[in-house]
Amino acid sequence: MKNSFFITLLAFTFLFTLQSIAQDTRDLSPAELEKLYWDRIEEKLSIYTDADVKFMEDMIVHHSQALVMSQFAPTNGASEEVQVLAARIINAQLDEINIMQRWLLDRGLDAPNVEYNGIESTITMLQPAKKDDGAHMSDPMMDKDDAMMMHGDMDHDDMDHSEHDGMDHDEHDGMDHSMHMDHSDMVGMLSLEQLAELRDAQGPLFDELFLEYMIQHHTGAVVMVEELFSYDGAAQGVSTYKLASDIQVDQRTEIARMQQMLNERVVSSVDE
Amino acid sequence: MKSSHFFGLFGAMVLFLASCSTQSNMTSSDMTAATPALTPLSLAAVEAPTPDPRVGLSPGLFDAGDAIWNMELLSTTPPPPDFVGSTNSDLAFKDNYIIQGNYNGVIIWDMTDPTSPRLVNDYVCPASQSDVSVYGDLLFISGEGLGGRIDCGTQGNDTRVSKDRLRGIRIFDISDIENPEYVANVQTCRGSHTHSVLKDPDDNENVYIYVSGSAGVRPEEELPGCSSANPDEDPNTALFRIEIIQVPLDSPEDAAIVSSPRIFNDLAAPPTHGPSPADIDKLEELKAEGRNVFMFRGRVREVSDDFAARLLETYKEEQEIVGEPTEEQMAAFKEALPDMVISMYARADYGAETGPDQCHDITLYPEIGLAGGACEGYGLLLDITDPVNPVRLDAVADQNFSYWHSATFTNDGSKVLFTDEWGGGGAPKCREKDPYEWGANAIFSITEDKKLDFHSYYKLPAPQTEFENCVAHNGSILPVPGRDIMIQSWYEGGVSLFDWTDPDNPVEIGFHDRGPISVDGGGGGGSWSIYWYNGYLVNSEISRGLDIFDLKANPYLTQNEIDAAKSVELDYLNVQGQPKYHWPATYALAKAFVDQLDRDPAVSEEMIQELRAGIARAEARGDKKVLKDLAGKVSSNASGAHADKMNQLAETLQALAS
Repeated sequence: MKNSFFITLLAFTFLFTLQSIAQDTRDLSPAELEKLYWDRIEEKLSIYTDADVKFMEDMIVHHSQALVMSQFAPTNGASEEVQVLAARIINAQLDEINIMQRWLLDRGLDAPNVEYNGIESTITMLQPAKKDDGAHMSDPMMDKDDAMMMHGDMDHDDMDHSEHDGMDHDEHDGMDHSMHMDHSDMVGMLSLEQLAELRDAQGPLFDELFLEYMIQHHTGAVVMVEELFSYDGAAQGVSTYKLASDIQVDQRTEIARMQQMLNERVVSSVDE
Repeated sequence: MKSSHFFGLFGAMVLFLASCSTQSNMTSSDMTAATPALTPLSLAAVEAPTPDPRVGLSPGLFDAGDAIWNMELLSTTPPPPDFVGSTNSDLAFKDNYIIQGNYNGVIIWDMTDPTSPRLVNDYVCPASQSDVSVYGDLLFISGEGLGGRIDCGTQGNDTRVSKDRLRGIRIFDISDIENPEYVANVQTCRGSHTHSVLKDPDDNENVYIYVSGSAGVRPEEELPGCSSANPDEDPNTALFRIEIIQVPLDSPEDAAIVSSPRIFNDLAAPPTHGPSPADIDKLEELKAEGRNVFMFRGRVREVSDDFAARLLETYKEEQEIVGEPTEEQMAAFKEALPDMVISMYARADYGAETGPDQCHDITLYPEIGLAGGACEGYGLLLDITDPVNPVRLDAVADQNFSYWHSATFTNDGSKVLFTDEWGGGGAPKCREKDPYEWGANAIFSITEDKKLDFHSYYKLPAPQTEFENCVAHNGSILPVPGRDIMIQSWYEGGVSLFDWTDPDNPVEIGFHDRGPISVDGGGGGGSWSIYWYNGYLVNSEISRGLDIFDLKANPYLTQNEIDAAKSVELDYLNVQGQPKYHWPATYALAKAFVDQLDRDPAVSEEMIQELRAGIARAEARGDKKVLKDLAGKVSSNASGAHADKMNQLAETLQALAS
């Protein structure tokens, strides 16, 4: 693992802290206080590991698929209940994608951006702003080249869409359309076939399929958080920990809600 | 009405307007003198400032534009040096002290002069979220994040398993509040995101801490006994339970978990079914090809090679295998692999199996024997008359609610308000297009048989920018007699003062808001908690520090009502251990009730005038007889919708007369 990297960062952080201590913040000018604040924020940006970076990259791709799934709801005759759910998923996951892209860019790293054309996806990489572009955004400790070097084992080439949109179904011929743990480690992602199935489903069938696939999809996110937490030194940064924990708990809660919606459907169809 | 002012950074001292309600110079023209300067107006038609001054505020960290209505900002104090840039969190109060949690430790302020709080101690001891509570000489602090250390060190923990990690409750002795002493800690399996302290009326030897922790379960190697299995696999799992710590007041170092009640049992358990014969055949076939496949929730799953390689490392660690595993060991690993993955999945979707498995926060209201649990997808009502064995009375869900976050009871315990922290507080959920029902409050009445009955939603009415993280967050009830008024944090949406006496029609009657901290990313903040404590509204601003507000009299909350609220004094306050307010019999209290009767057309103008004049005369001249007469008159007229209020007024007058 990257413990040496981590420890170096911690040492740096500690040094930084000692240097910036003042007697009382009330003695500082507003400009000095503001500088101290942004220095501290930038210090914290440096507390991360490769696992954190991979988590953000993967989760952006993961969340993007939830958007395309949810966008089918209004046109495919979903029930009002499912439309509300889908609308909230779009709202919530769009915001989280923004937060995660920002997380990467603030650290001087490229951030994946997924665009869907129908069910076909393309991933492009957003570039971080140059240091002088934004006062608070870039990490003063490393420019982009350094970042790439430190995270050299993150192979960005594997971010092309064929890995992430589940087009590897040929290899799994004979298996049912399920939560393949595909070769990109992206648990819960729908295969292209599953996406097509959802796109073509209408009315009550859409509802059922949507709930089932979204449970699968959300479960993947929860597993990704579990995996993140299993790495040494991962999610130590406050913003990383908060984001990962929030995703975990929100998606778990939503899984429970969707499971209940699905059960209610099953029960009512039996009654009919 | 609108007052928007720019304030300087360092404890910008806004003029402190002493309340001018003394009427010691009453003359015989009592009738006119008793007429209030501000006529109390009905809440049915509140005239809020238009256009809303919260829209379009200029951005800035310590110099943002701000807007305020019916409140007065007395001071803004930046955090001490070690805490700048670190998240300020929840608040607790003891005597004249404010205890402000911060992800880097705890900050203690003396609020004797609210225009210039004095820093008493800044104790560095990092851990999120540093939720704080007090009781007697004890201070309790929550630790949940992975970086918290037993020794309060700032270096974090760089391994998955660490003997130095603290996740749970830290206990400090604050008998000398200038020098808090770290006396004990209680480690828990999921850490403590928040906690609530229960002082049971029948137990003076202990207090109880209800621990809420929705984060991942710690590895068993780090804290023995911690299990994240499903309850049917391991009855001692850390899931689907809350933890209750008993703290002996004489020996807080002996604090320990005394019970782990399973208050979620039987909530929404769906049916399950096993694999079909065809599935089993397919599984065997793929296994024969050497693929890492297994069954889970009725489906065939495959583990990727990369993921399997990672799990192999974990397996080697557990089995203490050094170097390359032998063929035998590899075979054993392949055998164990499905269970390893299934247990990860099981941890992931146990929510789907049996409903919520933790609470975000629990508000304990011991005087009425109830607690409100905000627990993932549910709001729970609990009976806490036996502090170590809470019993679930009701559970509600709501399709508009994403994540049940916190609960606040009305003082009389007849209603409870739950918040939905949709998006976890880091996202902008108050934009113009975000629905009113999402990321809002839901108001319930509590029926006679202790069930929750939904009435309405309340959300911050002013749209915020996409740069401002905003959603419902913490707040507290003000001791305004006869009304249910709450002050509440909305992160960068600012704070909102609203009346929910009528649970179907909550209405805003005051606010404060600042522009975004930044419009180019970075930072983040806003109000984490704002609580009423002994006459002031104290706001923990995540990035900007500590704000203290006073209320300004207005037609919807009169000076008499404010004075009556200020007559209630507490020795300490933990908002999630909700205290019951009791009002001393004062003239302010009597006049507050009169203002409230005046606000409502059901009471005649004549009667109001007579009450005002009589009370003014009594207050000016100590005329007890007039009070007795009024008490009798009010009491005999008490009927209809205002019977309760009139009876309370009569009692107050009677008490003043004796």
